[in-house]
Amino acid sequence: MSDRVQEFWSGVKAELPLVIGVFPFGMIYGVLALEAGIPRSIAQAMSAIVFAGSSQFVTAQLVASTTPGLVIILTIAVVNLRHALYSASVAPHLQKLPQSWKGVLAYLLTDEAYAVTILHFDRETSRPAKHWFLLGAGLTLWSTWQISTAAGIFLGAVVPPAWSLDFTLALTFIALVAPALRDRPSVAAALSAGVIAVAAYNLPYKLGLLAAALIGVVVGLLLEKSR
Amino acid sequence: MNLWLVIVIGGLLTYALRLSFIVFFGQMAIPAWLQHSLRYVPPAVLSAIIFPELLLHSGAVDLSFDNTRLLAGLLAAVVAWRTRSALLTILSGMAALLLLQTLL
Repeated sequence: MSDRVQEFWSGVKAELPLVIGVFPFGMIYGVLALEAGIPRSIAQAMSAIVFAGSSQFVTAQLVASTTPGLVIILTIAVVNLRHALYSASVAPHLQKLPQSWKGVLAYLLTDEAYAVTILHFDRETSRPAKHWFLLGAGLTLWSTWQISTAAGIFLGAVVPPAWSLDFTLALTFIALVAPALRDRPSVAAALSAGVIAVAAYNLPYKLGLLAAALIGVVVGLLLEKSR
Repeated sequence: MNLWLVIVIGGLLTYALRLSFIVFFGQMAIPAWLQHSLRYVPPAVLSAIIFPELLLHSGAVDLSFDNTRLLAGLLAAVVAWRTRSALLTILSGMAALLLLQTLL
């Protein structure tokens, strides 16, 4: 097997367990979007064009409460600001790639694809074909998201709310955070970000999430320096 | 504003955020301190999404034993830490939540 194919399949395999957590979430999005009065075509297109779960949920909520379009656009941008951090984090690993590759991989840079990929990149810093890993992980998540959205839109609310399937999102992120807790500074970064996120949860446009992430990074750095 | 226009602009902005540093860093050297600090991005961002999901119940912090999501989430965290398996983490957390909801 060539190095590229091998990297691609490693990415697919790393992403596959997360599918079980992401699929119900995509279905719930589809159902919520229809309930908000969004036409099926736009609800499905949003999963391809925006391709970012949490901002799509917020958009559905805002459409339901007839929010002005400009406010919705700003909210999408702010909720997705964390992707700029992901972009900065993978950038050094993709530096030598042609622009077309960068363009495709940036489109696939979601929470779930990023989280498995950055662990792989940090382990395999010198592998020349490692960007194929992100392609594999990203396409796996992309397909899951499109299919699960369609399932939610066309099969509808066949899943009763009592099954609490929305909880799979939190569980997916718990599975992703565990391997990232490598040492005491990273644990401190996680705990402080978590506490701030709860305290600042009511800030508008999910700004609490961004504040929490930045404070978490600073706490990690400070703790590292103090040793 | 037309909803199509809203999601196309929203999508373009999201794409620009994802593309930003990937393209920008191709042109210039990355400061070492910035590169180093980015290792704390995954734990910080992921926890900032997880904590409110587990701790907040209709807008207020709920640390009681009635908070089934917190209990199931803690169990899932232990499973994630011990097994490093995403599949086991999601399945055990879901099973725990459904069981607790039935019992409590």
